[in-house]
Amino acid sequence: MFDSHATATALLELGAVLFGLSVLGRLAWRIGISPIPLYLLGGLAFGQGGLLPLSGIEEFISLGGEIGVVLLLLLLGLEYSAGELLTGLRRSWLAGVIDVVANAAPGALVALLLGWGPVAALAMAGVTYISSSGIVAKVLGDLGRLGNRETPVILSILVFEDLAMAVYLPVLTTVLIGVGWVSGLTTVGLALAAVTVVLVVALRYGRQISTILDSPEPEVFLLRLLGAALLFAGLAAAAQVSAAVGAFLLGIAISGATAENAAKLLEPLRDLFAAVFFVLFGLSTDPAAIPPVLGAAAGLAVVTTLTKLATGWFAARSHGIGRMGRLRAGAALVARGEFSIVIAGLAVVAGSVPGDLAALATAYVLLMAIIGPIAARVVEPLAHRFSPRPQGSAGVAESI
Amino acid sequence: MDVEVTPLPGIGLRQDFMTRAGRRIGVITHRDGRSELVVYRSDDPDAAAVSIPLSSGEATTLASLLGAPHLVQQLEGQHRDLTPIQTHQLAVVPGSRYDGATLGDTAVRSRTGASIIAVVRGGVVHPSPRPDFELLGGDLLVVVGTEDGLAAAARLLERG
Repeated sequence: MFDSHATATALLELGAVLFGLSVLGRLAWRIGISPIPLYLLGGLAFGQGGLLPLSGIEEFISLGGEIGVVLLLLLLGLEYSAGELLTGLRRSWLAGVIDVVANAAPGALVALLLGWGPVAALAMAGVTYISSSGIVAKVLGDLGRLGNRETPVILSILVFEDLAMAVYLPVLTTVLIGVGWVSGLTTVGLALAAVTVVLVVALRYGRQISTILDSPEPEVFLLRLLGAALLFAGLAAAAQVSAAVGAFLLGIAISGATAENAAKLLEPLRDLFAAVFFVLFGLSTDPAAIPPVLGAAAGLAVVTTLTKLATGWFAARSHGIGRMGRLRAGAALVARGEFSIVIAGLAVVAGSVPGDLAALATAYVLLMAIIGPIAARVVEPLAHRFSPRPQGSAGVAESI
Repeated sequence: MDVEVTPLPGIGLRQDFMTRAGRRIGVITHRDGRSELVVYRSDDPDAAAVSIPLSSGEATTLASLLGAPHLVQQLEGQHRDLTPIQTHQLAVVPGSRYDGATLGDTAVRSRTGASIIAVVRGGVVHPSPRPDFELLGGDLLVVVGTEDGLAAAARLLERG
C-alpha cells in the first residue's frame, strides 16, 4: 500500500501547515482583518525561496487548492438567488457600471504601463475590481451596520459584482487560453449565452434542481453537493472554461432553503480548502518578486481605495442617503479579498501572463486587507473631525 | 403604521418604521432565523445607534412582552361589566411538564373552571385554540375565569 515513512512525513508536514495557519488565523481575527493575507504570507514562507521548503505534500496542496477555488466560487454563487441577482441588476445597474469602470481601469492601466500586455490587463482589471461580498458583509455585521439605510445600497453593488463575475470569469478564462479575435469573440458570446441560460434555468427550474440535490441526511446532502460541484467543475474544465466557472454557475442555479443549507454545510469545508488554496498561491509566488512591484501595488491600493469611495458616495447619493451615509457606503466597499487572488491564480496558472502578476496581486491583496477594514471603521470619526461644522447633534437632532 | 420593508440580498429582510415621537426603529430578520433589533440615531437617521442580536427564543420573549399586555388590557376592558370574571395572562414555563403538551393535556377548564381563550406566541395571537393545540415554553396563555379559577389555573400551570 503506502510507503509508511513517506505517509508519516506527509501527515507531519500537513499537520504543521494547518496548525501554523490556525495560529495566523487567530492573529488575524484578533487584529480585525481577514486571515487571507496571513495565509498568503504563510505560503510565501513555505515556498520556493522561502524559509521552510515543503516536500511530499505538494500534490495534496495543489489538488486541495483547486478544490478550494471550486468551493469559494460555489459558495459565492450560493450567496444570492437568481431573483436577487436580477433585482440587483435592475435597481443598481448604473452604480454597478460606474463601479466596474472606476475600479477595473486602474488595474488594467498599471498592467499596460508595466508592459504586460492586454491579457494581463484584463486579469488585473478583475483583481482591482472585484470585492469579497463575504468580507464586506462581515465588516458591516461586526460594526452593527446591517440596519443602516445605506446597507441595501452596498449590498446591491455587491450583488452586481457577483453578476459581473459570472460574465467576467468565462471571458477571462477563454482569453487566457490565448485564442484569436474571431474565435475569442465566439467563446465570449458562448459564455454570455451560458450565463443567461443558467440564470433562466435557475429562475424557472431552480426548485427542481434544488430538489434533485437536497437530502434530509446531512452526510448524503454534503456528498451530493460536493460531487455535483466537482462534476460541474470538471465538465467546465474539460470545455476549457475553467473549473471555477462551472462551480459558480451551479451555485447560482441552486436556490431557496436548499441554497441556505448548502452554504451552512459547505462553509467549514470551504474555509479549509480555501486556506490550502491561499497557501498554494503563496507557495507559487517568489517572495523576491514582491519588492520590485511594491510601489505599483501601493499606488493601486491608494487609487482603488479612492475609486471605491467615489462609487459608494455616488450610489448612496442616488438613493437619497445623507453625507455621512455616503462616506460609510464608500468605505465599506473598499474591502477587496479572496477573489483578487482567485483571478490572479487563474491567470498565472494559464501561463499567458508574466509571473510578476502573482507578486503584484499578492502585494495588493496584503495592502487592501489592511486598508479595507480600517477604512470602514475610521471613516466616520475622521469625517467628524474634519467636517467644518459637525452636522447632527445640533441641527438635525432638534428638528426631529 | 407605515412599515418600510427592504430586502437585504444575502442576509435577509429589514423592516422599520418611524415612531410618533420621531425615532426610527426596526427589525432585521436573518435568513437563518436570527434577528436583530435596531434603533436608529436621532442625529443621523441613516445609521443604527444600537443593534441588538436576538436568538429566535429571545425574539419570541420580546415579542410577547410587547404584545401580550396590550391584548389583556383590551380583554379586561371588555369584561369590566361582568364583575366576577377576570382575565389574566399565564406563562408556560420552558421545560415544565406542559412545555410540548397539548392544550387538552392541561385540562384547565375541567380542573379549574377557567378557560384559555388565546395563546400568544412570538407576538402572534392564536385565538380560541383547539384542544390539540401544542403548547411551548414561553407561550403566554390568556385565561378568563373567576378569581378562584384563575388562581387554581396558575397553580396548575406552575406545579402540574
